[in-house]
Amino acid sequence: MAEVHLQPTLPPLFDGLTRRVDVDAPTVDQAIDRLDDQWPGLRDRLCEPGPSLRRHINVYVDREPAELTTALGDGSRVDVIAAISGG
Amino acid sequence: MAERTVLMVSTRKGLFLLESDDARQDWAMRGPFCEGWPIYHAVLDQTTGAIYASAASEWHGAAVWRSSDLGDTWTLSSEGLEFPDTQMKLSKLSGIAAAHGRVRVGAEAAGVFESRDEGGTWSLVSTLDDQPGRTKWNVPDNQPPGHLGMPAILNHPDDPEHYWVIIQGFGVFETEDGGASWTPRNEGLRADWPIDEPGVGYCVHKLVMAPTDLDRMYQQNHVGMHRSDDGGRTWTEITDGLPTEFGFAAAVHPHDRDIFYVIPLDPGHGRCVPDGRLSVWRTKDAGETWSRLDNGLPQRDAHVGVLREGMAIDAYDVPGVYFGTSTGQVFASADEGESWSEIASYLPAISSVEVATVAA
Repeated sequence: MAEVHLQPTLPPLFDGLTRRVDVDAPTVDQAIDRLDDQWPGLRDRLCEPGPSLRRHINVYVDREPAELTTALGDGSRVDVIAAISGG
Repeated sequence: MAERTVLMVSTRKGLFLLESDDARQDWAMRGPFCEGWPIYHAVLDQTTGAIYASAASEWHGAAVWRSSDLGDTWTLSSEGLEFPDTQMKLSKLSGIAAAHGRVRVGAEAAGVFESRDEGGTWSLVSTLDDQPGRTKWNVPDNQPPGHLGMPAILNHPDDPEHYWVIIQGFGVFETEDGGASWTPRNEGLRADWPIDEPGVGYCVHKLVMAPTDLDRMYQQNHVGMHRSDDGGRTWTEITDGLPTEFGFAAAVHPHDRDIFYVIPLDPGHGRCVPDGRLSVWRTKDAGETWSRLDNGLPQRDAHVGVLREGMAIDAYDVPGVYFGTSTGQVFASADEGESWSEIASYLPAISSVEVATVAA
């Protein structure tokens, strides 16, 4: 089970979504799919068609920069962070 | 029945609602809504009472927000808002229009999407593929500043299949079959730059239709004000008498097809009102003559701009006129522009102002 930490702009968009969610998935991409299963539309907020992560969305797995294909292990920490953007 | 007047003010940091009664003297503000997402345009569907707001977040992409209770609760959806052609990237949503049980929204890259389930899901209607010059529209080097794509959609009030769109930097296009086919409607417009393809390449900023005569249209263009008396098929320039030929915002009187409002701007880099004097200009004779309206508006050091969706007019017997500035002020007139008051002063940069009346 991976421990996903979401940026604070996401929970207000989805009923019941909290900043920390536990997800059982082998990759970042599939972790986002699991989140989208529970909160439809969430994938669209993080990913563009392709798929790829949106330009200003950064994901880290166990503190290392990650991509959608990055593998997750039991106990992995996933941080979804918005890049500094705008003013 | 008593009526409630609702202004929808779209800003770079969310949507705000300013509300008053039918006297339109005292205003109360609510917001920001839509979680502070940049909102380009918001409208109220008079049939359902729902507000729709087109939005594009730098972080979370483009989506349409919807409220069915005048802002108390909101949902958003982007389901279906994507181009099947992977070469076309949807960077933002711009002009939005709701009527006839359909919500339509323009996008960049230039395309129109439609929802028939009150904004729950969307489908691509058209990217106007067969239009002259179309292959150049989405090349970044050819795009005007702002990259708005399709910044406006103007519905025919009676025919659900009939509407007009603006493609930024390329002109007006009309469909009478729901978007299956299109015709450029730019005949008579002026361009101060080379036209590569006959009929397209014109920089239309704002298009409005007179409710009392559906053949009467006006447009604020990059170069000049223009009037059409045949539903946009041909255009005649009516710039003479205005302080500049440039501007973005425009509004037409709800009860008189000859009365029309614009806010001329300096056409240079500043794109603010000339000389720091904020004024609205009105014609009462379809553009033959123009008069300056500035009673209550700041007349010195007011270096503000008003964008293409930044002005609106209500439908009361004596209509109210409203506009919002790129520096966050909203001005209102309850007497057809004769006098003005500032009803909001410190909002984020305003991209659009729309007005609606609902039962109190």
